[in-house]
Amino acid sequence: MVHRYFPHTKDDIDAMLKHCGMESLDDLYSDIPSQLKLKRDYDIKPQLSEKEVRDFFEELALRNQPLTCFAGAGFYDHYAPAVVDSILSRSEFLTAYTPYQPEISQGTLQYIFEYQSMMSELTGLEVSNASMYDGTTAVAEAMMMAVAHSRKKNRILVSATVNPIYKDVIDTYAHYHGIAVDVIPESEGVTDLEAMRDMLSSNDVAGVILATPNYYGILEDYTGVAETVHAAKALLIMTAPASTLGVIKTPGQWGADIAAGEAQSLGMPLNFGGPYLGYMCCTKALIRKLPGRIVGVTKDADGQRVFVLTLQAREQHIRRDKATSNICSNQGLMALYASVYLSLLGTEGLKEVNAISASGAHYLASRLEESGAFELKYPDKPFLNEFVLKFKGEVKLSDFIEVCTSCGCLPGVMIGDDELLVCVTENRTREEIDRYVWRAETFAKAISPFDNKTQTEIPQP
Amino acid sequence: MNKKYYGKLIFELSRPGRRGYSLPQNNYDDVLHILPNNLLRDEAPKLPEVDEPTVVRHYTNMSTNNFGVDTGFYPLGSCTMKYNPKINEEMASLPAFKALHPFQPSATVQGALEAYYTLQSLLSEIGGMAEFTLNPYAGAHGELTGLMVIRAYHESRGDIKRDKVIIPDSAHGTNPASAAVAGLKVVEVKSLADGTVDVEALKALLDDTVAAVMMTNPNTVGIFESNIPKIAELVHGSGALLYYDGANLNPLLGVARPGDMGFDVMHINLHKTFSTPHGGGGPGAGPVGVRAGLEKFLPNPRVVKHTVEEENIFGLDFGTEKSPLSLGRISAWLGNFAVELRALSYILSLGCDGLKMAGPLATLNANYIKESLRDLYELPIDRVCKHEFVFDGLADKSTGITTLNVAKRLLDYGFHAPTIYFPLLFHESLMIEPTETESKETLDEFISVMRKIAYEAKESPEILKNAPLETPIRKPDDTSAALNPVVTYSGMPSSC
Amino acid sequence: MNKTYYSQSHEYITVDGNIGYIGISDYAQRALGNVVYVDMPEEGDEIEAGEDFGAVESVKAASDLIAPVSGTVLEANELLVDNPRLINEDSMANWIIKIEIADPSQLDSLMDEDSYKVHCEAGH
Repeated sequence: MVHRYFPHTKDDIDAMLKHCGMESLDDLYSDIPSQLKLKRDYDIKPQLSEKEVRDFFEELALRNQPLTCFAGAGFYDHYAPAVVDSILSRSEFLTAYTPYQPEISQGTLQYIFEYQSMMSELTGLEVSNASMYDGTTAVAEAMMMAVAHSRKKNRILVSATVNPIYKDVIDTYAHYHGIAVDVIPESEGVTDLEAMRDMLSSNDVAGVILATPNYYGILEDYTGVAETVHAAKALLIMTAPASTLGVIKTPGQWGADIAAGEAQSLGMPLNFGGPYLGYMCCTKALIRKLPGRIVGVTKDADGQRVFVLTLQAREQHIRRDKATSNICSNQGLMALYASVYLSLLGTEGLKEVNAISASGAHYLASRLEESGAFELKYPDKPFLNEFVLKFKGEVKLSDFIEVCTSCGCLPGVMIGDDELLVCVTENRTREEIDRYVWRAETFAKAISPFDNKTQTEIPQP
Repeated sequence: MNKKYYGKLIFELSRPGRRGYSLPQNNYDDVLHILPNNLLRDEAPKLPEVDEPTVVRHYTNMSTNNFGVDTGFYPLGSCTMKYNPKINEEMASLPAFKALHPFQPSATVQGALEAYYTLQSLLSEIGGMAEFTLNPYAGAHGELTGLMVIRAYHESRGDIKRDKVIIPDSAHGTNPASAAVAGLKVVEVKSLADGTVDVEALKALLDDTVAAVMMTNPNTVGIFESNIPKIAELVHGSGALLYYDGANLNPLLGVARPGDMGFDVMHINLHKTFSTPHGGGGPGAGPVGVRAGLEKFLPNPRVVKHTVEEENIFGLDFGTEKSPLSLGRISAWLGNFAVELRALSYILSLGCDGLKMAGPLATLNANYIKESLRDLYELPIDRVCKHEFVFDGLADKSTGITTLNVAKRLLDYGFHAPTIYFPLLFHESLMIEPTETESKETLDEFISVMRKIAYEAKESPEILKNAPLETPIRKPDDTSAALNPVVTYSGMPSSC
Repeated sequence: MNKTYYSQSHEYITVDGNIGYIGISDYAQRALGNVVYVDMPEEGDEIEAGEDFGAVESVKAASDLIAPVSGTVLEANELLVDNPRLINEDSMANWIIKIEIADPSQLDSLMDEDSYKVHCEAGH
């Protein structure tokens, strides 16, 4: 059999077998007991030509319906400049392994160092690792880091305003790792800080996990919280979508010890859930407890400034069951994504992304309020580009979502019977927003037909 | 690869006033300034200010100091650095996959769910398992998930005293680390001189406190554990489950299936066996498969298929109905979806006929190198190997040349180094895995370079001790990096 | 007079009354190479004979610190925080923790200097 991925000719195979003193490829498996061998072909179709593979995927793709996205809930539709994909497709980056041989891996090591530097700037914390799988696992790792740091405590507090998906992953890790997780209740969409104080008084808490902007998009005020948490000898862990860190008060400024979360919002494609990018930063004092790879600076034998993996003695391949974590990779290419994106956007660009997104979100929120169909669930709380709507009408919210979907729009994420979490990014045009409002108004008035005719009659802003 | 070192940082190219982006006009009243000041940054992050051509040239120059599979031969043991087909990249970036938000209604993502379902079914057939979850993000994450499945299984039976996992001393460090994260204590079982598990020693360790035995087969020295039926019987007899670390699955493609060997739970590294690119350290994917009866413990969400009037409809199960025993959620959604698409593209491109050649050709390549170098390098385990094998340094120990020296000298000759100082069973481990996508010519060239290095070890050892000499940078000072860690640009002293 | 005892895992304890100074032997520091970090317990922590209480890290290796006897940590050597290489310079002078010994009889199971020398020469 000849396949385009295998260079072996029949003559090659014969010559190589002969060199090994064997007669057939079966001889290579003489050590496997016969009863363990598969005596049939896999129940899988024979090889497809490249054209057929393409047809297969294109047919599948036809059964997906990309939607104009007003959904966030942790995953955001931001714009990515063309340069990013172009750089990521360079095979020197794409097809490299972990940079264990620094002499021929400076490309990878250098972009990781840039990534660490940028994440440290965004989170306001001194140290960053080379990245984690995603936001949910990064926060779970932060929880384990806090427990390991405390040495003796194994209780963690998580605010009810943290994304429920994160809470699910935290619960899973905690259950098997032997950590008790208590939820700090929320009040009016924000963490009940009084309740947190009470819960900390038991003095057995290793860490507290808070979010801002939180799951509802609200910017929480954590004034004084770090002092309270530290007084209880616990670590403060904060999470925020990375993009928002370009403008909001940073975890470092709030006094957090660890910042961990999702960096997908730095222009990464939604990709139906991944690959994304978990970030994790901490104070310098905690660097030895930070899980994952870390790149550092040093000099080579010629005195040049070069980059290497450092502090490896913390990691699983050396410490085995005593390692700070079992993670033995990072999201290499996605860290490159973040580096290139942030290089292009820079400080001003990231601020503009936030300004356009937030302004669009506030515009949409006020138009929807005016429409009479919706009200804001937390009207007094400050938000950036995401907010919770309460549906006022008699009709069901799920029907509204269905109508919007059939028109090619994802209006948000349903987080309660009559509650919709809505997000706007710079990718949403004013026309798309106005159409959203029109649809809501129309729906609220129970003027049902969303046929093509009415679609074309959308009033122009 | 460019031998000239580039070495600049993007921050050093920054000039105030330059910009590398263009964004739509802000058509609304700007709201940032109406937000409460104490909730906003009072100091802007110090990100670079650079124009687009500068960014492109910077990262392009940087990339030329990197070695990838497309650059040259990458015989890195245990890492399966096979060719990463280009069609996979293109299929994974089709806009109708790339733009999907995870929370879209199922009806709008039927193609994506079918892709997931198809891949999990194909992996089940290849692994001899009942069902796979593709949700774990990496091999280590798969191990953790698999061990959680095992714990969930024991918990469901009320058998909560099983808190140990037995792992061979030849295992990769990730195995014990994953066990510790999963809340299990690690007990090591010794290997025999031929690198295989000592069955008698294992037997003595098995009791009613053991939750699982984790194994790799072929093991980390590239040897097939022929005693596996006996081991499976002992493990199951003690009430524990047998876990298969799929790091070394590649040589078994088309030949044997972990499920048929008695393994209950396994993970597969899509970035090894199924050719998805390593990306300089990730993203990978670590799907976990289970034998029949254990499906209900798999993490959420699960992709399920219903057939309505001969039409397949795919949906998501969050564990409330079909699997209340699920271990819970271990990742945000359905794993590294775009990586899964690449693996699916690869399996379809190979088909059953291609897959059954992949394992044997990988094994042939490994044995060919082993037989061609055994006179000059010490072969501690002299048996037919599978996809990889281990030398214990040079055969001639009088030269003082170490495995590290050999590895670094290989870089000068344009090859990536093998895995070194692993497994821990030997002092000078040099672990070579060629994969099936390398030609005889490439192997011959590698063999001749390895022979030349063995010759240099005698004739000019100083060259080897100073190697590499031809790479973009010379040997870095690891000690000072670890002693005074500088991990960000702003933390860098001006002397750097 | 102070007496120094050694454990199989290459820790030493120098005893002054009921106070002990624990560090790693010269043989151990040589085997480990350049020390880059010492993970130490805090004042007040209890350590238990045979259990690890910290670790010494070099660039590519790490060695657990195993308590030769049980006791309470009175002090961790702060000098090692900024300058872990003191261990390479003189590991006997630069102890890692100072403890109050809980049960002096545990010292009996340790080696004296001469038997430790034999232990090292035997290649353990």
